[in-house]
Amino acid sequence: MPNDITTRAPSVRLHAASLVYAGAPVFDALDLVLPAGRTTCLLGPSGVGKTSLLRLIAGLLPGAEGKAVDDDGSGLSGRIAYLAQQDLLLPWLSALDNVTLGGRLRGESPGPPALDRARGLLARVGLAGREDDRPAKLSGGMRQRVALARTLMEDRPIVLMDEPFSSLDAITRYELQALAAECLAGKTVLLVTHDPLEALRLGHQVLIMAGAPARLDTPLVPVGQPPRDPADAGLLALQAELLKRLTQAKIDHGTGAP
Amino acid sequence: MKALRALAIGAGMLLAWQAVVSLTGVAHYILPGPVRVARAFAANADVLFAHAFVTGTEIALGLLLGCLLGCVSAILVASFPPARRWLLPVLVVSQAIPVFALAPVLVLWLGYGLLSKVAMATLIIYFPVTAAFFDGLRRTEPGWLDLARTMGGSRFRILRHIRIPAALPALSSGIRVATAVAPIGAVVGEWVGSSAGLGYFMLQANGRLQIDTMFAALLLLALMSVALYFSVDALLRLALPWQAEDAGSTLPESP
Repeated sequence: MPNDITTRAPSVRLHAASLVYAGAPVFDALDLVLPAGRTTCLLGPSGVGKTSLLRLIAGLLPGAEGKAVDDDGSGLSGRIAYLAQQDLLLPWLSALDNVTLGGRLRGESPGPPALDRARGLLARVGLAGREDDRPAKLSGGMRQRVALARTLMEDRPIVLMDEPFSSLDAITRYELQALAAECLAGKTVLLVTHDPLEALRLGHQVLIMAGAPARLDTPLVPVGQPPRDPADAGLLALQAELLKRLTQAKIDHGTGAP
Repeated sequence: MKALRALAIGAGMLLAWQAVVSLTGVAHYILPGPVRVARAFAANADVLFAHAFVTGTEIALGLLLGCLLGCVSAILVASFPPARRWLLPVLVVSQAIPVFALAPVLVLWLGYGLLSKVAMATLIIYFPVTAAFFDGLRRTEPGWLDLARTMGGSRFRILRHIRIPAALPALSSGIRVATAVAPIGAVVGEWVGSSAGLGYFMLQANGRLQIDTMFAALLLLALMSVALYFSVDALLRLALPWQAEDAGSTLPESP
């Protein structure tokens, strides 16, 4: 794999980001740093602006102030892959064609090397033999695996994930968390989630976003490398701590919100 | 099962028709019974099919042209926002004029031949196709567009690979509506002025009080329209297999 400026995972810096929605500030002068090659998990009550913050970094929020840059101050355009809560698979394309969508959208010719790589990635997420199936034939977990393969196919150093596992059942979610952690190791990842255990399992650091306008807490850094064992006593203690902080954040958010 | 049901419905309608004729004792020059119409059909089969071929050609050409123009307009309006501001009002105003009222003008301009009927059918089809396709193009799932933007897709390629395919189910409903109304355009055109076609033949038969022959032409026109509709419907289903799959995918996931 080439290790030049475009594939090396940079750190991501967001300085003085502001967003006003329906006359009220969602966040104001917010600073955020995603360390290079690490997974940062963002937790917080619903409606606090987590998704907006992720979209701002992705360059998908035109109304907001602030721009995400790397350590050298350059923009991130073309270096981001995006994985949403919905799998966003195109229903008229086979699994394989969905995985190679990015190349077609950029006008690259889908040669045999690209197709081989796509097949390899589908096999890696456990879908060998399902390349020609359309999304309607796949279960929710399989569809999210195809979406993960599509994200990996893009081979971007920064990956932004917005509750990618929240619509899956517990067992499928558990399997996919481990798979994602393995596949995305070494990339700069932002994972927005509402599940404290998921954040603790997958994050090198965990941030809590709360209040109106929203602020970010000091990062919580669990010991060990992700994916962590959810049965670990230390992890469970941290989960209790996180739940307490989130409950407090929700109360604050409730009274602070207009 | 489906064919059996269709047969039963057809037989039921024929029976009801005969029952009305027998029970009311209505004169055969007002409402002829099915047997009389069938006899008239058999006696005039050659002429009827010749006229049906003309009307069929008008409908097919109008459908083709109307769908083509509708698709091009919808794509233009959807891809260039300035075009939307200028073209949409024109589209709406053009639809406010009843197409039937235009028929005499079209015949005056384009003559008694094929052209004026194709123009009528095209005009009547153009709007439903444009409106349905444009609506589909405008309502692309926002998540797909976000994804395409992060992938670095150009506007043209996003249109080609995502927005147009995603709008095809909407376009296909527009084409279904168009298929149902296309015969109206052709027949109205024939009524206003023509020298051939089922509409022309019906007027001629009516003038000579050959009501059973007129009903035979009407029956043939109805059969043609129904056959056209079901063939187009089947073709569209074949062309968009993922649409049916998608609609059927509401089964609960395995636990």
